[in-house]
Amino acid sequence: MKKPLQWMGAVCLALLLCAPAAAGDLMMARVNRLFPEAMTLLQSAISSRGYTVTRLQQVNENLQRREFKSDMYRVVYFGKYEEVRQATARNPGLIPFLPLNITIFAEGDQAILVTSHPQMLRDYFPDPELKPLFERWEKDMLEIMDEVREAG
Amino acid sequence: MLTRLLLMVTLLAGFGLSPVLAAPDGAKLYGRNCAACHGENGTGGIGVPLALPAFQSGVSDDYLRKTIRHGRPGRVMPAFSQLDQAEIEAIVRHVRTWNKGTPATYSARPVKGNPGHGKKLFAQYCAACHGANGEGGKGTGVTFSRPRDLPIMAPALHNPGFLAAASDAMIKATLMHGREGTPMVSFLKQGLKEKDIDDIVSYVRGFEKQPLSGSAQILAVENPVIVRDSGYDLDTTVENVKRAVSNNNFFYGRVQTLEYGLTDPANENPKQVIVYFCNISLLNQALAIDPRVGMFLPCRITILETNGKVQVMSVNPKVLSSLFNNSELNRLCDEMSKSYTAIMEEATL
Repeated sequence: MKKPLQWMGAVCLALLLCAPAAAGDLMMARVNRLFPEAMTLLQSAISSRGYTVTRLQQVNENLQRREFKSDMYRVVYFGKYEEVRQATARNPGLIPFLPLNITIFAEGDQAILVTSHPQMLRDYFPDPELKPLFERWEKDMLEIMDEVREAG
Repeated sequence: MLTRLLLMVTLLAGFGLSPVLAAPDGAKLYGRNCAACHGENGTGGIGVPLALPAFQSGVSDDYLRKTIRHGRPGRVMPAFSQLDQAEIEAIVRHVRTWNKGTPATYSARPVKGNPGHGKKLFAQYCAACHGANGEGGKGTGVTFSRPRDLPIMAPALHNPGFLAAASDAMIKATLMHGREGTPMVSFLKQGLKEKDIDDIVSYVRGFEKQPLSGSAQILAVENPVIVRDSGYDLDTTVENVKRAVSNNNFFYGRVQTLEYGLTDPANENPKQVIVYFCNISLLNQALAIDPRVGMFLPCRITILETNGKVQVMSVNPKVLSSLFNNSELNRLCDEMSKSYTAIMEEATL
C-alpha cells in the first residue's frame, strides 16, 4: 500500500515541477491598443524586469525620409549590462544576436509585437553554462509579451 | 517519507503550481499562440479567419489538429510541435466555440479519380488563385502584404502541411460547396460534375508524390553566424567595413559598441563594435514581404578583438527564412547573405 502511494506522490511531484512546454522559434502578440499606448506598455514591461532600453530604432521614419510609406514601426533594443558582458565573454558568437529586441508595429488600431524565442539560441550555442541565461531570457520574454498582450 | 512527500505536493499545489495538472486553458493558449495572426475573436488578419461560418462548417476537428501540429511549411503558419496533444485539443475546442453548427466530419477513404484529367481542370479552374502548381497565392496574410479587401489568401495545396491535414473527402466537399465569404466558389455551380471534382481531388493528392513545391521550401542554414578573420587591427577593420558597406550599395548608419546604452560610456567595451547600415529599397522590399523582419534591422556587422585577434561576424540572413517560415523571403535572404559575405570579405582581405 505504501509503495503505490510513494509512486503516486513522486509522479505528482514530477508533474508539478515540470517546466512549461518549449515553444517554437518566433513569439508574436497582438495588442488591442493603439500603437503609442502599446509602445508605452512594452517599454514599461521591459524596464520592470530590470532591463535597460538602449535604443528605439525608428523604422517608419527612416522609410518615410526616402518616401516609402510605412505605418508606425519600432525595434526596441534592451539588455542588462552584466549579463551581456558575461555571455559575450563566454561566447563572442552571441554578439550578433544582442542586445535583445522586440519589434512593434501598428496594425490599424492594434499593435503587433514580434520577437524570437531566446531559447532558439540554445540550438546555436549548446554551452551548458549559457543554458540558465537563455532560460531566464525566455521566461522574461514570455512574461513581457503576455503582460503587454493581456493589458490590451 | 511518504507523509513528507505528500505534504510537499500539497504545499506546492497551494502555491499555485498545480495548473500543470489541470486541463489546458484553450482560450489562454489561443491568445498566446494564435491570436496574433488569427485575431482574438478569430476574425483573421495574417491568418485564416477561423470564425468564418463557412470555414467552421467546412473543416473537421482533425483538420484543425493536424494543421496546428504540422503547420504549413514555408507559408508562415508554423508547426506547433511544442504543444502537446491536450493543448492542441484545448485550442481546437476554443476555436469551436465560434461554431454555430455541427463540425464537419470526413471519411479518410481516398477519392478515386483521373489525375490526368484533374490536372487539366486544375489549370482551368484552380490555378488562377492557388497557383499553376498549387503553390498558393502570393503574400503574407490579409493585413500584412496582401490587399486588405480580400478576406483570405488562396492556400497552398501543394504543401505537405495541407496534404497531411486535409482528407480527400474534405477537399472534395470544399470544391463542391465552396466557402461562402471567400473567393472559393462551388464548382458544382460552375458547371463541373462530381466526377470532374473527383479528378481534381485525385490530381491534388498526387502533389504528395511530386518534389516539394518552391513555396514550401525554406533555406537551409549551415551556420547561423557568418564569421571572417581580419588581418587588420580593430580600428582599421571598422573603417574597412564602413567602406565595404558603401561599395555594396548600402549606406553606413552609425558605429556603436555592443554595450552602448547599457552602462556609462567610459565602461563600454571598445573591443566589441557594431557597424549599422541599411539599404532602404531592400528594407522596403523585405517589409513588404514580411513586416516581422524588422527584428533584424538595421543591418549590422560586429567587429571584435579577442586576445589580439580581430574578427567580423553577423547573423546569417538565411536564418530569417526558417525563423519566419516564409519562403517568399528566400530570395532576399539569399541575396542578403551574399551581400554580408561580400562586405565582410572585402573588409578583411
